Amino acid sequence: MTFFLQLAITGLALGMMYALIAIGFVIIFKCSQAFNIAQGHFVMLGGYLGYTFLAVLHLPVWLSIIAVIAVAVVAGGVIERLALRPLVGQPVLAVIMMTIALAGVLEGIAILLWGGEYKTYHDVLPAITLNLGAISIPPESLIGLIVSTIVVTLLMLMFRYTKIGLAMRATAEDEQVTRGAGIRATMVYALAWIIAAVVGVVGGVLLGGVSGVSIAMSEIGLKALAVVILGGLDSIGGAIFAGLMLGIMENLAAGYLDPLMPSGGGLAGVFPFIVMILVLMIKPHGLFGLKRIERV
Amino acid sequence: MDNIEAAYLGVIRVLHGVSLEVGDGKIVALIGANGGGKTTTLKAISGLLSTEQGQIRSGEILLDDKRIDRLAPEAIAKMGISQVMEGRHVLEHLTVEENLRVGAYRRSDRAGVKADLEQVYTYFPRIREYRKRVSGYLSGGEQQMLVIGRALMADPRLMLLDEPSLGLAPIMVREIFDIIKRINEERGVAMLLVEQNVKAALGIADHGYVMENGKIVLDEPADRLRDNEDVKEFYMGISAGGSRKNYRELKHYRRRKRWLS
Repeated sequence: MTFFLQLAITGLALGMMYALIAIGFVIIFKCSQAFNIAQGHFVMLGGYLGYTFLAVLHLPVWLSIIAVIAVAVVAGGVIERLALRPLVGQPVLAVIMMTIALAGVLEGIAILLWGGEYKTYHDVLPAITLNLGAISIPPESLIGLIVSTIVVTLLMLMFRYTKIGLAMRATAEDEQVTRGAGIRATMVYALAWIIAAVVGVVGGVLLGGVSGVSIAMSEIGLKALAVVILGGLDSIGGAIFAGLMLGIMENLAAGYLDPLMPSGGGLAGVFPFIVMILVLMIKPHGLFGLKRIERV
Repeated sequence: MDNIEAAYLGVIRVLHGVSLEVGDGKIVALIGANGGGKTTTLKAISGLLSTEQGQIRSGEILLDDKRIDRLAPEAIAKMGISQVMEGRHVLEHLTVEENLRVGAYRRSDRAGVKADLEQVYTYFPRIREYRKRVSGYLSGGEQQMLVIGRALMADPRLMLLDEPSLGLAPIMVREIFDIIKRINEERGVAMLLVEQNVKAALGIADHGYVMENGKIVLDEPADRLRDNEDVKEFYMGISAGGSRKNYRELKHYRRRKRWLS
């Protein structure tokens, strides 16, 4: 039982980080109906930025998080302005191609700046371990859980209760109506990319603490895509639920099933995709996708 | 005061030198057959044409002597023009009240917004009951009330109404038109009304324009248009004798044809 709870709680932390990253996907999809292939590269960039701020510059965790958010706000804004704005009104496929190009550029930047080596920094995180009876939550999971929960909560509150959140939700539904109401669509797009970049890099800093950073970390984007497809592409609540579910299941699979595999491991990485296949077979719109409202 | 002249063509020429004018606080009806460019005229004014790859090629649109034909729709909305698009574009996953708040997005006077919200609910008591409901589930008439209310929340000087009666039951049409008239009288909002229901539209309008194939073919006060034999015959389906019109009477067909060319 202790083993189970231990796996479930660290899985919950992992899942919250997945959810955070997946929200970036959902936001871009809602405003441009395109997958952001570069979402995983924001994560990888976040990991390296985390390494720089935490392990090289020895900044405290809270200051590092604020610093990467600042970098992400600028990066997201610049990317939207230079790469995506000219594509407004163009076919969705053009936007997807642009995000593939962006992914390549971000990877190149990471190799230029950090050499593409594997780095870790969990040893520089403050040694706060939470002990609940026999269960102990390691610092990287604890920090990951706390920070991602805070960011996700703030985003949810923003969407639900602020004017700008309302503008974003409205624009996702009908851009003509919202522009006619005086809501600047370009402002909404810029904000969407800024949020996508912020959740990506913050997720990257947190995950980098758990598993280290390398260029291959951008594959996490694929996992986040599994999360959003599972949750329903246009549902932020669905992304959170599916992220938590996948995180927990992945950890349980790693703990219980991996020892049974002939190779002694590897199931954890495959597991999200197996779940994705099963869910899509039963519910093609994902678990929480917005239904088309049709009155009869 | 608003003197609007528009002539434009996109890839396909739709409007050929359309001039019309909506006076301060007046209701102007724009009527005519399908595909004649009525909706395009409204979208040219509100700037939404540019979001559909349309373009104003020549001519100018003035609001109080200020040119607005080169502005983005967001900027035009800010100047006090709000369009109610055809086909009831409610933001269907948002609640009724959120829809109304989207309309008031540009305003910063909280007290004024609150008062207008109350006023919209007074005009349309039916949607007050559904404030917290997801708007996609409202009935057609309620959705039409909601989009008119949303346009009103912007506190506009000019409302562009595109087919508010479309697909509504006759009793609902009367209710909507009564409210449009009331909004006009009580708040002094000018209205440019595109309508297939010519009788209802001319019933509340001060002035009317008839549009055919991208041109204005008649331009008269509404009461005179109401009595115009051609309008009666072609748009209300009443011939001089009061009976239904008969397409086999070639004479009438010719008259219409001459009119169009």
